Amino acid sequence: MPLDTATVRRIARLARIGITDDEAGRLQGELNGILGWVEQLSEIDVEGVQPLSGVGQAALRMREDKVTDGNKVDAVLSNAPERAGPFFAVPKVVE
Amino acid sequence: MLTDLSLADILKGLEARSFSSVEVTDAFLGAIDALNPRINAFITVDGQGARAAAAEADRRRAAGEAGALLGVPVAIKDLFCTEGVRTTAASRILQHFVPPYESGVTARMKRDGAVFLGKTNLDEFAMGSSNLTSAFGPVENPWKRRGDDAVLVPGGSSGGSAAAVAAGLAPGATGTDTGGSIRQPAAFCGITGIKPTYGRCSRWGTIAFASSLDQAGPMARTVEDCAILLGSMAGFDLLDSTSADVPVPDYRAACGANPRGLRIGIPKEYHADGLPAEIEALWRQGIEWLRDAGCEIVDVSLPHTKYGLATYYIVAPAECSSNLARYDGVRFGERVPGEDLIELYERTRAAGFGEEVKRRILIGTYVLSAGYYDAYYLKAQKVRSLILRDFTEAFGRVDALLTPTAPSAAFAAGQKFDDPIKMYLNDVFTVPASMAGVPGISVPAGLDASGLPLGLQLLGPHFGEERLFSLGAALERAAGFTHRPALRAGIPAGAAA
Amino acid sequence: MSYEIERATGSWELVIGLEVHAQVISESKLFSGASASYGGEPNSHVSLVDAAFPGMLPVINRECVAQAVRTGLGLDARVNLESRFDRKNYFYADLPAGYQISQFTHPVIGAGKVEIELADGSRREIGVTRLHLEQDAGKSLHDQSPDSSHIDLNRAGVGLMEIVSEPDMRSPEEAGAYLRKLRTILRYLGTCDGNMEEGSMRADVNVSVRKAGEPFRTRCEIKNVNSIRFVMQAIEVEARRQVAIWESGSAVDQETRLFDPQRGETRALRSKEDAHDYRYFPDPDLLPLVLEREWVDRLRAELPELPDAKRRRLAEEYGIPDYDASVLVAEKPVAAFFETVAKGRDARLASNWMLGDLFAALNRTGRGIENSPVSAESLGGLLDLIADGTINGRIAKDVFEEMVETGDGAGVIVERKGLRQVTDSGAIDAAIEQVLGAHGDKLAEFRAGKDKLFGFFVGQVMKATGGKGNPALVNAALKARLAS
Repeated sequence: MPLDTATVRRIARLARIGITDDEAGRLQGELNGILGWVEQLSEIDVEGVQPLSGVGQAALRMREDKVTDGNKVDAVLSNAPERAGPFFAVPKVVE
Repeated sequence: MLTDLSLADILKGLEARSFSSVEVTDAFLGAIDALNPRINAFITVDGQGARAAAAEADRRRAAGEAGALLGVPVAIKDLFCTEGVRTTAASRILQHFVPPYESGVTARMKRDGAVFLGKTNLDEFAMGSSNLTSAFGPVENPWKRRGDDAVLVPGGSSGGSAAAVAAGLAPGATGTDTGGSIRQPAAFCGITGIKPTYGRCSRWGTIAFASSLDQAGPMARTVEDCAILLGSMAGFDLLDSTSADVPVPDYRAACGANPRGLRIGIPKEYHADGLPAEIEALWRQGIEWLRDAGCEIVDVSLPHTKYGLATYYIVAPAECSSNLARYDGVRFGERVPGEDLIELYERTRAAGFGEEVKRRILIGTYVLSAGYYDAYYLKAQKVRSLILRDFTEAFGRVDALLTPTAPSAAFAAGQKFDDPIKMYLNDVFTVPASMAGVPGISVPAGLDASGLPLGLQLLGPHFGEERLFSLGAALERAAGFTHRPALRAGIPAGAAA
Repeated sequence: MSYEIERATGSWELVIGLEVHAQVISESKLFSGASASYGGEPNSHVSLVDAAFPGMLPVINRECVAQAVRTGLGLDARVNLESRFDRKNYFYADLPAGYQISQFTHPVIGAGKVEIELADGSRREIGVTRLHLEQDAGKSLHDQSPDSSHIDLNRAGVGLMEIVSEPDMRSPEEAGAYLRKLRTILRYLGTCDGNMEEGSMRADVNVSVRKAGEPFRTRCEIKNVNSIRFVMQAIEVEARRQVAIWESGSAVDQETRLFDPQRGETRALRSKEDAHDYRYFPDPDLLPLVLEREWVDRLRAELPELPDAKRRRLAEEYGIPDYDASVLVAEKPVAAFFETVAKGRDARLASNWMLGDLFAALNRTGRGIENSPVSAESLGGLLDLIADGTINGRIAKDVFEEMVETGDGAGVIVERKGLRQVTDSGAIDAAIEQVLGAHGDKLAEFRAGKDKLFGFFVGQVMKATGGKGNPALVNAALKARLAS
């Protein structure tokens, strides 16, 4: 099922990556190439096979409910491209 | 020359007070100064930090303290977050990022006294097999074809680390391996590298590419050096839920263990179509070496090998599309302003990511999107179960597997870059082990007809690293690989070829 | 109780399902060690994990899992010994990682139920589909600056339980009753404080309408409604809107809407072109969540008595009416207050006093049971004075008001004001003689057969004793005197 450019645009939008018309055309070709190539997996019968979930250990470790972190506003904001006092700042969001 | 010493010999020299850490660190910094402008193995060189750490190591040693890496200079792949030292993942989007924290792996190495020379180049976000996708420019492989000065790629994604070690700019380095990113560049640069079992080294503080595959490991010129480094890097970390609570054995001792009696499987599916004859020949040679070392050779089958790559190119992009969503220009990293939030995101990510990263994010977004999840991602994770089953069954019969590391020697920049799939095929022999989470080591075993190094890969069962060190050391002894690249510390840059 | 919207074409039935987001009570966040407590300086309850710095990884908080399991047990639900965490991918300024860790395909809690009680005393069971754990998002502040929004991540990563009901409710009243009951259960369990004003409990409401016997029609989801009253209002106006659309011959679009309480209407969320595609997949940073049966059993054994069980017990053990019991158990501290008062006393009297005078006093003073002006011990003391005949019921009302006013104990007030009941037969007889003497005419009428004047004489005698006459003694003495 080859991708059309509209789908490429929709995917780029979902991924929040701006693309130009030229790029959409080029990406369409490249992505179709890759998707066509991975199509080979359809040869395999996976009836009754469980998907892999984590290699190695079986179960999630749980930590104790203690406050061990936080109170590091400076570190949290140390790399902010734009901040307003103790906040991160972004263009006004209208809801 | 200090830069020619193995890591083990540097340790020995430091212990014997034959030289100080400051001296050996200065020697490597000097080599970096001389060669890095050409091979571009380092994105960031931290001379000041390295000298200070070396002086501190000398002080500690003088005070009678010990440490597994006390005073040993090493290079760190620029995917490990280092506190106060810029960490870029070779991406424009993180070009000014200075982490306020130290990764789990590098924290252990620092604890053991290691001196960090700087941060090595890589494919952007570790996505690539050539180091051509770095936003900081490609790395030049220090090896040259005989009589040919063409620039060759060092492999990837840990190409900067591999090139640095091969050229004598560092005695050892950290790498990360998601589908072959330690083993393939190690093979391309004529050094040793091991991808440990998934969960062996903490992923905390290492910038994620594909979380279910990423695994840190060492790269060095000898098997023993890798063992020394892994002994420091490995270990349980409560902050990483996928980290294994398994004791770290004495890997260095394992290098001296006799592999006699081990059963070595030769997977028939790795006899790929179009595999160059000289790689086939080297593989046969490796089999003979292990047989001579007292191993029993057994033919085995890993029937789903050929699907490894396609599976990988669904799973890894899917995970990366989600892992890289945090680079949005809000809390850290570069930002390109926009009229509204969506425009800010789209411009920031369009400008911040390179072509290969974008390609993989888009593929990953697509295979996870509504209506396609089952056909792609779920299917791939089921095939992954079959790949793991292949390995589990094989390791029920044999102790380790021997294969070539890569289907070719280092290639020239531009040679394969036009077609992404052609590039992906580089990882055909390394990806299946990544999919199964089993450890693999690449050991330089010989040169091809043009004088480029080729590697052999040993794969073991989960937490079978000791066996790989023992077998790797046996291969290393048998191969007697002492070749060095044309570009290396102490050799004038212009003298190559 | 049936609730239908009548139109020319017939009557429309409502179909309502609720998704409740309940903030887990815990010290630290679901996947990080930062504080989960409310408030704090902006971005201070934030770890680098919460801010999704490169390489940061989640580690799950055992207590959050325990709270989810307790809640599941409280909803009589299946506990899934194996569940998974998935990533829900979308971009938003207050979602640092670009994904929310949630449980999509394998929630920790499966099907359960909530029994609701309606105003007419009838009970209904509402099915709970599932409960899962997920992370809360941060906060975007839009009113701090004219051209930028500010992001505070203090709430980012706090544990939430999403509790999804079956589309079993048929009226706004049922939805309200469900939310109140769910909140009561959460508070009993101590797993969520249920405070809707602070946002620690929020509801998404799914509404559709249909003709009787039809399969479900298209539903709309009303997001993030933050009070029970608004939930009920939103259902009502949304149902009317949908009925009007169907009646006009058009069809309802499946969409997400917001309730505007000021205007009393729902409106569609903008940006439809950006239809959500969350690309759920298992979070590769986390392994499957596997619970040990023994651990779950231990949590079960440690559960407090839940409202339904408590209601049944109170009715049975104390012999109070079922209705009273259900009112008393709606809040755990009220039930505890009742038990303190009722222990060893007339429980019906205790219940009547609480549901009547005490609740009225709480209402009037704007206080909750936790800081009631009259403690359980004090109310018990008052009841004791009634029981031992120190005061009568009439005087007790005055004493109670004085207790509310002053905070003093009943005994102190009775002594101070001399309100002891008059049981001295001489004093009562004297009062009788005084009343009969003053009302010769009435006495003549009584003697002539106007029996109901007896009550008049009782009232007058009580008045003459300042209300303190023991009513039984007054009755008996008056009866004897008039018969003579």
